Amino acid sequence: MREVTAEEIRRLENKAVDIRKKIVDLTVVAGGGHLGGALSMADIVVALYYHVLNVDPKRPRWAERDRFILSKGHGALGLCPVLADVGFYPEELMADFNGLDSPFGMHPDHNKIPGIEMSTGSLGHGLSVAVGAALAARLDRAGGRVFCLVGDGELNEGMVWEAAMSAKQFKLGNLVAIVDRNGLCLDGPTEEVMGLEPLAEKWRAFGWNTVEIDGHDMKALLGAFHALPPAASDRPTCILARTVKGKGVSFMENDPVWHYGGLDDEKAAAVCAELESHRPGAPGGASGAGKGATGCA
Amino acid sequence: MPRGFTFNVLDVDRFATREMYGKVLAELGQINQDIVVLTADLMRSNKTGDFAKVVPERFFNFGIAEQNMMAAAAGLAISGKIPYVSTYAAFASMRCCEQVRTDIAYPNLKVRIVSSHAGLSMGNGGTTHHATEDIAIMRSLANMTVVVPADANECAKAVIESIDYPGPIYMRVGRGAEPIVYKTDYDFKIGRAVTVRDGQDVTVIACGIAVMASVKAARKLETEGVAVRVIDMHTIKPLDTETILRAARETGRILTVEEHTVIGGLGGAVAETIAEAGLGVRFHRLGLPDIYSTIGQPDDLYKRYGLDQDGVYRAIKELLA
Repeated sequence: MREVTAEEIRRLENKAVDIRKKIVDLTVVAGGGHLGGALSMADIVVALYYHVLNVDPKRPRWAERDRFILSKGHGALGLCPVLADVGFYPEELMADFNGLDSPFGMHPDHNKIPGIEMSTGSLGHGLSVAVGAALAARLDRAGGRVFCLVGDGELNEGMVWEAAMSAKQFKLGNLVAIVDRNGLCLDGPTEEVMGLEPLAEKWRAFGWNTVEIDGHDMKALLGAFHALPPAASDRPTCILARTVKGKGVSFMENDPVWHYGGLDDEKAAAVCAELESHRPGAPGGASGAGKGATGCA
Repeated sequence: MPRGFTFNVLDVDRFATREMYGKVLAELGQINQDIVVLTADLMRSNKTGDFAKVVPERFFNFGIAEQNMMAAAAGLAISGKIPYVSTYAAFASMRCCEQVRTDIAYPNLKVRIVSSHAGLSMGNGGTTHHATEDIAIMRSLANMTVVVPADANECAKAVIESIDYPGPIYMRVGRGAEPIVYKTDYDFKIGRAVTVRDGQDVTVIACGIAVMASVKAARKLETEGVAVRVIDMHTIKPLDTETILRAARETGRILTVEEHTVIGGLGGAVAETIAEAGLGVRFHRLGLPDIYSTIGQPDDLYKRYGLDQDGVYRAIKELLA
């Protein structure tokens, strides 16, 4: 990992604006998508793919790589533009997102999309798959870690806690779960639908090294990743990232309606203008840096 | 059998299929470094403990958490390992059905699910521990291969072939000391049925423990002048349709026998094959009717549901009537 400098943080914050705009563009192309959750996870995924993960888009199956498993598979809308941007495939491949026979749909398929480690979509499965991948990495004495992004709503699934138990039992210090704690599931606030709190205490009680951070604070994200215990250590880590569903778009933030939604070109342009206004060092207007694609241009 | 291995059960009458599974796995695990074995608090029962003794670093006991185990097997498989996952058939096929379908079959991963205590072999365990729907469930999953060995020797051959076989496999084995069908070596290939006895009057297509019951019924009928063909359909998917259609054409009467509901398993698969070929034959499916099984010792249950020698004999006689 690079050194954490003010320039590096700014580079990643800029990248996060770019990615959010790409997500909005892709929503228009796709005719709708899980916007709220894609925006809540954006900073986490940017930190991972542009700073943390040891992956090589030219060799997607390189044995020594870090692995990232998107347990909240409906976050494909938030991940696929990143994989294109870092070079796993050209962005044009996503032009028919959701179309007949497209490799890209609501949930990612690892047999169709380079850089996707595992086909996901059914909630609660990803952490268990990550446990298996972490066991394999340890058997292979590969240095890589396994990162798994888990939605908070899917923590209602009992299987996640089976996985949590087993990761501790198998002493998987090379496993990192990141919880996108945006507080909303499809039907409303997680605490009203099926409460999760006290969540950090739950992970700690399951034997995980647990840290809580603001999942939109790039400096805090990088700090958590740099502070990870060695992969050879014997405790898995949970990064509980407090996030905002729909982050960056005022009318979407914290509104469960935007769990899934669509945007027309006009609305997308307004959304992108708002996102651009969040670009560091360019308050209140487009800086031109990292200009996004069509709908946002 | 198998060649080069340190054990042999060709000279015994009965041998538990799961015992054989444990022994073969333990030997293969020392040869192939990619093999990993997973179980859910059943290593003593399903004999994966034999593997754990010799290759402890590649053995993982997941506790009583089958869903996590099955998905973790997928995680091992995407990293190049060849997981053999074992729990009771009732749980492998139903408790973690979605994990099998979505994490293993859909991505077409090389995971080997070897379930034990299949069919009614759990006896007094009752319906919660009987697996009488697993063939139908697994057969409906795209990419999945379904194998039901007739005895311990066939189980060994299937496990050995499974190492290099593409895609996911579901294999079901029993619990007790099942009668040995194959006392001499023979050619085994996943997807190719074995004609255990030839005959031109009627054909019995069976799998698992029903093969031996069918052979015994055929022997009895031979003394009455009836030539019964017995086919060991050890692979339910991909199905050896050629052998089925040849039997349908040559004998005109087909009986299927399985330790499974008559809906959707071997009988269903054979019926589909014959119907789609447009062949009109006398046909009957013998198995558990559309009910939940009762409690009893396995042999009593086989007798109750007509899955023993006498039951198969009666069913053949009815087809001949």
